[in-house]
Amino acid sequence: MLSQTKQLIPVLAVQCQQQRGMANLKAIGLRLKSVKNIQKITQSMKMVSAAKYARAERDLKAARPLGNAAQSFYEKAEVAAESKDAPKELYIAMTSDRGLAGAVHTSICKTIRAELAEKANTDNIKIVCVGDKSRAFFQRWNRNNILMVGSEIGRLPPQFGDASKVANAILTSGYEFDSGKMLYNKYNSVVSYTTTTIPIFSQETVSNADKISVYDSLDADVIQSYMEYSLASLIYYAMKEGACSEQSSRMTAMDNSSKNAGEMIDKLTITFNRTRQAVITGELIEIISGAAAL
Amino acid sequence: MALRTAAFSLRRMMSTSAVRSAEMPLTFAAPNGVHYDRVNVRQIDVPSFSGAFGILPAHVPSLAVLKPGVITVYEESGDAKKFFVSSGSVTINEDGSCQILAEEAHPLADLDNAAAKQVLAEANAAVGAAKDDVERAEAQIAVEVGEALVAATA
Repeated sequence: MLSQTKQLIPVLAVQCQQQRGMANLKAIGLRLKSVKNIQKITQSMKMVSAAKYARAERDLKAARPLGNAAQSFYEKAEVAAESKDAPKELYIAMTSDRGLAGAVHTSICKTIRAELAEKANTDNIKIVCVGDKSRAFFQRWNRNNILMVGSEIGRLPPQFGDASKVANAILTSGYEFDSGKMLYNKYNSVVSYTTTTIPIFSQETVSNADKISVYDSLDADVIQSYMEYSLASLIYYAMKEGACSEQSSRMTAMDNSSKNAGEMIDKLTITFNRTRQAVITGELIEIISGAAAL
Repeated sequence: MALRTAAFSLRRMMSTSAVRSAEMPLTFAAPNGVHYDRVNVRQIDVPSFSGAFGILPAHVPSLAVLKPGVITVYEESGDAKKFFVSSGSVTINEDGSCQILAEEAHPLADLDNAAAKQVLAEANAAVGAAKDDVERAEAQIAVEVGEALVAATA
């Protein structure tokens, strides 16, 4: 009787350990499967981004002369915002709706937030959020300063029609700003972009510029039409640069994710195999000890 | 002594006037493509709301708004290239550089007269069907472009 019970207890203990080993194996197997799925998803996102980036870079090559030409008038006419006591300012944040693109959206939003924090009074400052990512950011930090939000940005490549819609909305918003700044990510190369500012001037500032008298046959109508078209051109240029930077940044981010997921898979596979071998060894020991007991 | 200072001041007055070189770098860009990027050209004829005018090197600085019509660029080599533009802006700066930003610009050879007539017919129909002032104004803009297209490709 005593000898029988002595046999029962070791068998039960081994069975419990076996079940524990199996549970660990299943958990590791599940985790391995999920990380492999994640790697597949990030790899495919990288491929899609790479294709979109190639197209965006081509478009940007065509848009860069347009952007430089649009800015050159303001540089050559030496238009400078005059310093007023409480100037009405406008910030345009050129982001998009889609995330998983690295730091593209937050770099713009953080720059704007830092500038707002330096100012004593933020009542005269309004922000135009182009893209849902900047809206989500500013709704948390500067809810009262949001003037308008542009959605459905980032899915398709930006066209001039989109830029003119934004320009139209800004000009018909009723907010008469004295000076403005448009923040966008200027594309440098596949791995780098810079958050840059383009100054936006009001019609009054342009009319009062130093060198405006050099320009012949200008009246208010011509200046107004010119300013409106120039705003649309600058927004279009910023959209193109932003799209290219976003796609290249997303490509890099997804590539890094795939590599990290690959490393995790390697480590998990080793752990999985080790656990599997431990379970098998456990079963073998159980069989051998059972056979030896006979 | 007086003579020398007079001559000296005269020379200074002459040197302060803007130096106009005989070059005119043209940047002609549209969202659908760049046609010229800082290329020196001889003359450009542009249709604008303040009248059609030709731009030669050392033209007085100016701004103008483009009307739907044909822009002719006379290159250094003597070739004349024609482009149809729908609208945009022209900037002539003090240093002689010229920037033409067009909303849409196509070489004239790419346009077809029959298609242009169809565009004009559709635009005219839209004017008739317009419900309010904004729609009517937009339709009338389309009519202007259509008429210019037909005239350009005739």
